[in-house]
Amino acid sequence: MSLRVDDLKVYYRTLRGDVQALDGVTFEIADGEIMGLAGESGCGKSTLGKSLIRLDGRMRHVGGSVTLDGKQLPLGDDRAMNAFRFKSVSIVPQYAMSALNPTRKVGRIAEELLESRGIHFDGVRPELVRRLELVGLSKDVLGMFPIELSGGMKQRTVMVLSTLLNPSLLIADEVTSALDVSSQRAVAEMLVEFRERSYVKSMVFITHDLAILYQAADTILVMYAGRLAEKASSDAVISRPKHPYTQLLVSSLPEVGVRYADRRLEGIPGKPPSLLEPPQGCRFRDRCPLAFAKCAEQPPFVEVEPGHRVACWAVT
Amino acid sequence: MLTLDGVSKVYRIGAFGGKSLQAVRGVSFDLRPGEIVSLIGESGSGKSTIGRMILRLDRVTSGTISFDGGDIAQLGRTGTKAYYREVQGVFQDPFSSYNPVFKADRVFAMIRGAYFPGVGNDEWHEKLCASLASVGLGPGEVLNRYPHQLSGGQLQRLLIARALLLDIRILVADEVISMLDASTRIDVLNLLADLKSRGLGILFITHDLSLGNYVSDRTLILHRGAVVEMGATEKVFGDPRHAYTRMLLASVPHLHERWRDRKRNGDLALPPASRDDPAPVLVEVDTDHLAALPGKGEPS
Repeated sequence: MSLRVDDLKVYYRTLRGDVQALDGVTFEIADGEIMGLAGESGCGKSTLGKSLIRLDGRMRHVGGSVTLDGKQLPLGDDRAMNAFRFKSVSIVPQYAMSALNPTRKVGRIAEELLESRGIHFDGVRPELVRRLELVGLSKDVLGMFPIELSGGMKQRTVMVLSTLLNPSLLIADEVTSALDVSSQRAVAEMLVEFRERSYVKSMVFITHDLAILYQAADTILVMYAGRLAEKASSDAVISRPKHPYTQLLVSSLPEVGVRYADRRLEGIPGKPPSLLEPPQGCRFRDRCPLAFAKCAEQPPFVEVEPGHRVACWAVT
Repeated sequence: MLTLDGVSKVYRIGAFGGKSLQAVRGVSFDLRPGEIVSLIGESGSGKSTIGRMILRLDRVTSGTISFDGGDIAQLGRTGTKAYYREVQGVFQDPFSSYNPVFKADRVFAMIRGAYFPGVGNDEWHEKLCASLASVGLGPGEVLNRYPHQLSGGQLQRLLIARALLLDIRILVADEVISMLDASTRIDVLNLLADLKSRGLGILFITHDLSLGNYVSDRTLILHRGAVVEMGATEKVFGDPRHAYTRMLLASVPHLHERWRDRKRNGDLALPPASRDDPAPVLVEVDTDHLAALPGKGEPS
């Protein structure tokens, strides 16, 4: 078992109280698994991704644990986490385009990054060049400033840099969202290729775009308002979703071939609850067509079929 | 009716404006009432520049944009004001379209001040409520609120309601739903389709092919500032003739079909079309379906 997250709770500190952005999530990711993490904005998907590598100043680790390859990650201890970052957990951040220092050449950025981890750059350089070539970049990129690269090139550079030490876990946060359709496909296929070549063992692929996840991810985890709604193989989530939220979400997506004149799609009425004082019980209750009395209690996240977990009283 | 005839836009770039960039090259099309036209292209294709030129936020370098037969570049001060009464735009980021210091409904008060100074309070309130109802909002849920108290979908619909207060005939919708969540974006898309059936002409600018396909009657595919294919939506998507259109369609992630199960339509790599070439010539390949001829810089 590569990654195990156990009842993880991370809250944001604000003047008006704690925002319960991540409220008790439990799941596992197997070796070699690419897990898609989907949900609407504010559902806690990026918070979950960030929690696995670095809690920023406003985030507070309230409870639960994360175990990677048998070792527990010291989430709350920023210093102690340094031993894991880049080497066993790495991230391609949401704004990879602005993740590169504009005053340094790319080669210099790589060098400083490695030396900060006590690794000699010259030993890794041939591998770095090989991987840059794999993603279609020449070694000249190392002598260029980030401003000389296009958005897609920067994205690929950051992907190569962050996976250079073959981390066990890669967190890819909205890596395809700012790209054009044609480069989106290339980047998504590249992430799968990295897994095939064992550059990364397993991956959390965060995006709001379910269609991309269907293409690239093995499993999809759907979050709603800080809690888990459903996890299953990508086929099951798209074709046979069980949670009413997933069902409504998937049916609201327009696909090429679906036209307004033939079939009018419907959105989900209402909006997610505030996480400052979230309601008791199922958080989707107010928008759910299947809600009944029992939903006032929090539904457990249980396995209803092999490999298919759902948190919903109407299904379990 | 809005007509674009050979519209081009050249931007001066470089430190002293010494270089030029052909952002839009010879684009011609019509936008009729009761019709949604999708303008689809990747970043840098010039799709937003076309929208901005229609809204007179950017000047046309050559060619003409005419509305009901009159060139919009020739409009004077009063002419411009009358033009905006009939042609309005809504943009990508609903959050930055509002001043966070003021309540969101200030956008309505500004329209009232500029266009309806003589209208009484009761009459105005009635008009406002009718406009809000047509975008699916109740006055109680949105009026007297600050922008941060409303969702992105609500803010975007408020901006459409603002445009509807003026009896507009043309709406330029530039990436209006790309910042909205999946569960609310479809509502805004359906709203555009409903407005169309009430006789509004809508230019729907997007990079997302499935959204354009869902809502529009006609589609234009832009590549490096020039139209490479245009026609009835079902023809452009069902029978794409230009290599660039095919490449785009092959890259779209589908929900029930995997990329790896789909045969690639030839090589996805395109020879670069230079921005300095003249706009490709469009020929009729079918009724209401035009595509660029293979020629200089244009792959077959």
